[in-house]
Amino acid sequence: MDLSLSTETVGDRTIVKVGGEIDVYTAPKLREQLVELVNDGSFHLVVDMEGVDFLDSTGLGVLVGGLKRVRAHEGSLRLVCNQERILKIFRITGLTKVFPIHTSVEEAVAATD
Amino acid sequence: MATVELRFSALPEHVRTARLVAAAVARRAGVDEAVLDEVRLAVGEACTRAVGLHQSGGITAPVKVLLIEEEKQFSIEVGDEAPRSAPGDRAPGGAAEDPDAESEEDEMGLAVISGLVDDVEVTAGEHGGLIRMTWPTTPPTAVLP
Repeated sequence: MDLSLSTETVGDRTIVKVGGEIDVYTAPKLREQLVELVNDGSFHLVVDMEGVDFLDSTGLGVLVGGLKRVRAHEGSLRLVCNQERILKIFRITGLTKVFPIHTSVEEAVAATD
Repeated sequence: MATVELRFSALPEHVRTARLVAAAVARRAGVDEAVLDEVRLAVGEACTRAVGLHQSGGITAPVKVLLIEEEKQFSIEVGDEAPRSAPGDRAPGGAAEDPDAESEEDEMGLAVISGLVDDVEVTAGEHGGLIRMTWPTTPPTAVLP
């Protein structure tokens, strides 16, 4: 399985819908997408991970990199995830403290700091 | 003791294959279904790390994965051939473009492995490194005569 990516704009938020497996092979595609969005001026990102089947530390690295980029523009990067096996990876690496994680895209879009 | 051995060129696209094979053998060996996700993730992290070490060190040798089925336990060994002059040292040539980022990702991979697997050993020497991870297995239900 490969990685699928699509984007949608809701107000000032850009939703990045990710599907498939994020690993050492596919993570560069996600990195490119996030870099491109930030370069194009989208600084408030919502990464919807409901369609993600697999995530490893390379994927975490890309998300952290994305967060760093949007923060440089006073932006935000929020995640949407309800899958226990994906959430577990954020917990064991302590990244639940770094990323706001929401249960739905609507909740993430409505969220403010 | 039954063993499945897998060798693959140090390319990112083969890491997924290693995950799938490891999960299939682990399931067959009797590793609990609930733990298979962890096996998949841990072996993927170990292989990703090995691929990175081979690529940054310009090593053409394949990455080696051993899937070892033993009585009451299942082990996975992921071996790389990146030499370290002392345990814990980075491979020569590892200081490519962005040594910090690379080493951070490496650390994150190891952090995930140690967070996931209770029984893990990481060794490294002049001939390369090895990550050995072990999980308990459920023996097949005994059939009474």
